[in-house]
Amino acid sequence: MTEDVHARIDELVRNNRIVLFMKGSPLFPQCGFSSRAVAILQHLGAEFESVDVLQDQGIRQGIKAYSDWPTIPQLYVDGEFVGGSDIMMEMYESGELAQLVEGARAQAH
Amino acid sequence: MAMQAAEIESLIRAGIPDAEVEITDLAGDGDHYAARVVSESFRGLPRVRQHQAVYAALGGRMGGALHALQLTTATPE
Repeated sequence: MTEDVHARIDELVRNNRIVLFMKGSPLFPQCGFSSRAVAILQHLGAEFESVDVLQDQGIRQGIKAYSDWPTIPQLYVDGEFVGGSDIMMEMYESGELAQLVEGARAQAH
Repeated sequence: MAMQAAEIESLIRAGIPDAEVEITDLAGDGDHYAARVVSESFRGLPRVRQHQAVYAALGGRMGGALHALQLTTATPE
């Protein structure tokens, strides 16, 4: 990964309380896993930034090394890597994700 | 590029020797699986680290040869 890509990912993760790296956009997800991740966040009423990795090959490959995670989507909350869509679903079902999203919202105010 | 369920299972077992592994072929196409992996070695680790341990056992196949593996990890009751 180039320094430039690393810096750009750093900036995205730090400047957005909730950011989802995904394939496609929230309106038009290009993969079932990304679609599921968006649905979970929207169901929680989370305001989030999304990054379409299909539009940026540098970030598409770079984010995998950055997070040490082999697949897309990837969720970051408050600068911390949360996981992919399976972890999001587990944390949604246990209520942990709602808490995390609430925490991000409370701090934003 | 597809992988057999038995191959996935043996790779995970090789990487995490005490793991109980249950593989389900979700679509019957040899390309979409669910895996439930239970290991004492996961105790105290955040979920991200538990999943990373399984991905490490799969040795870079995840996201490549193995497109879709719905993963659940747990520690023994």
